Amino acid sequence: MTEEKWTVKFVIFRKKGDQPPRYDSYVLEVDPDEYVIDGVERIWAFHDRSLIFAHACHHSTCGACGMRVNDVEKLTCITKIRDVTTNGGSLKIEPLRNFPIIGDLVVDMTRMYAAMDRVHAKAVHPLSAAPLEGEGIRPPKDVPRNNGDEYLRLADCIECGLCISACPVAGTAENYLGPAVLAAAQLQGLKHNPDLLDLVDCADGLWRCHSAYECTAVCPSNVDPGWRIMDLRRQVVGERIKRWFVKA
Amino acid sequence: MSKLHAIVIGAGFTGVAIAHDLALRGFAVTVVERGPIVNGTSGRTHGLLHSGARYAVNDQESAIECIQENQILRLIVPDAIEPNGGLFIGITDEDMAYREKFIEGCAACRIPIKELTPQEALRLEPNLNPKLQTAFTVPDGTFDPLRLALAFAASAKSNGAVFHLYTDVVDLLTDGQGNIVGVKAWDRATDKRFEIRGDIVVNATGAWVGHITSMAGISVPITPTPGVMVAYDQRLTQRAINLLNKPGDGDIVLPQRRMMVVGTTSFTIEDPDYVPVYEDHVQLMIERGSNLIPALRQTKERGAYMATRPLIGASAPGRSISRTFKAYDHKETDNVEGLVTITGGKATTLRLMAEKTVDLICKKFNLNIPCTTAETPLLSYRKFYVN
Ligand SMILES: Cc1cc2nc3c(=O)[nH]c(=O)nc-3n(C[C@H](O)[C@H](O)[C@H](O)COP(=O)(O)OP(=O)(O)OC[C@H]3O[C@@H](n4cnc5c(N)ncnc54)[C@H](O)[C@@H]3O)c2cc1C
Ligand code: SF4
Repeated sequence: MTEEKWTVKFVIFRKKGDQPPRYDSYVLEVDPDEYVIDGVERIWAFHDRSLIFAHACHHSTCGACGMRVNDVEKLTCITKIRDVTTNGGSLKIEPLRNFPIIGDLVVDMTRMYAAMDRVHAKAVHPLSAAPLEGEGIRPPKDVPRNNGDEYLRLADCIECGLCISACPVAGTAENYLGPAVLAAAQLQGLKHNPDLLDLVDCADGLWRCHSAYECTAVCPSNVDPGWRIMDLRRQVVGERIKRWFVKA
Repeated sequence: MSKLHAIVIGAGFTGVAIAHDLALRGFAVTVVERGPIVNGTSGRTHGLLHSGARYAVNDQESAIECIQENQILRLIVPDAIEPNGGLFIGITDEDMAYREKFIEGCAACRIPIKELTPQEALRLEPNLNPKLQTAFTVPDGTFDPLRLALAFAASAKSNGAVFHLYTDVVDLLTDGQGNIVGVKAWDRATDKRFEIRGDIVVNATGAWVGHITSMAGISVPITPTPGVMVAYDQRLTQRAINLLNKPGDGDIVLPQRRMMVVGTTSFTIEDPDYVPVYEDHVQLMIERGSNLIPALRQTKERGAYMATRPLIGASAPGRSISRTFKAYDHKETDNVEGLVTITGGKATTLRLMAEKTVDLICKKFNLNIPCTTAETPLLSYRKFYVN
């Protein structure tokens, strides 16, 4: 951070109950190295106590603070103001798309949680199941072990919903499982979880994906859902062929 | 007989754990929270599931609570915890002077520790400061704050608790004689105001408890004491790394997902509604953190944040105040019936704080219903959204 001060106009999407939506503007003096969520929280603290927005951990482990910042999905707690606007510039802050709006910047992400639940996505898993290639520890072939036991870690996917908001298909197909969910199925593997096959290999599953890769572009947490969906397709084809042979 | 109705103000760790315990013991529960779940201090904690070793020398009451609750939480909410243990490492001679006291303290508090040679420690965690002179294993863990809280909230909800999120308590309802009979609420999602009546109001607003009690003309002795934490963009250890010395600033570095998080500092303030992340505190975190794990210096900052401890004690300075919690029945302390305040404590002891508070509430109503939260596995956090 620096002693630098910027003036930035926050243009915030507002909506209460049945009232029509509107945009409210607030001009803030900010340090450009502050994060977008800091500005939003200050608007609540010092300018307008009626504003509602979702947030919790402020360091990208919980996934609560996803918003659209100048038309792009961002996890606002790790998005520096410097990286999304300029001194004298503005920041348009809107709720995520493809989820019902609860009010202002808050959406109801039940759609995603329910689907994550259906594919029983793991919240915590062994290091070997989700290796951290080249990420400061040894590569996956040599996963460190805790005196013979597996180390466990929290999954990469923080269920922030950014990928579902950015996905062009999720916008038109309400029941589409969505990138995070398909990625969670891929990570578990169909070989070891055959019950997932019918769930993902259906009209609202992975064949709906148009390979736009918007999900991968916005994912703040190293999941790369676009790549995982393509890999899941290979897994599905493999499993189908295997089953066909078993039947025959 | 119809159920007794409890209104819980605040859905931080304290509030959600109390809601769960009350619902299990048969109360009708309404939670009123001005933001989303754990938007206050709880969401922004460091994330250390304390083994208690940090407090084993100076605050054994806290240490014993921590080790007991640590073992319970691992069993009832595995969904939110990285259970990989921790290390206390001694680097300087001054750290080594703390070694004896540390061993004795952990023994007194029944915290299982094992001393490792520097070579053994570096084999387990190659990124530790290679100058370390000793290391002890401890049963620390890391938690995801939102998922930890949501698991309690989901379980409360499945037992009938109702959550009003984005809803401020703007005043307390009285019976005309100063006793509390409910709350006035403002739902900011729909901009609607309404009243909720209940048999008991539980003030679980952490650093904000004084705001709520002042609505009843009561003050409580708590000092809002914030601290800064910084997250870095790489996972450099599997265990929580602590400095073997008396608790100080920036002496814990935790792994979480693919990150490391260094914390924390400690200073006192008046109003906890907004506290900036001070640049000099961020600098201090990298200084202190890289004493434990030098590679942090080459790692990119991912986030910087702060949270405010609700420490008990009127004006005593930051770290020396006892971290255990207090539940006040305002009938006893201020002759105001219908209001209980709970504050202090730690994330690690959230279940125990709830147990003690609900014990107190049951006693007020002459109920003899035992607490079962220690034996009751929590629902998946996703069940808060999915029925
Ligand atoms: C820097 C720091 C690091 C920490 N690290 C750890 C750690 O690693 N491990 C650990 O075990 N503990 C840790 N703690 C301690 C732990 O985080 C706290 O003890 C705990 O989060 C307090 O929870 P709470 O529910 O009492 O308060 P809060 O989480 O602050 O909850 C209070 C809630 O009340 C709500 N509220 C306030 N006013 C109103 C109103 N008028 N109407 C409705 N709702 C209202 C707020 O929005 C808030 O959500 C840390 C604390 C700090 C400050
Ligand atoms: S896949 Fe990435 S963008 Fe999608 S919910 Fe998970 S973390 Fe968020």
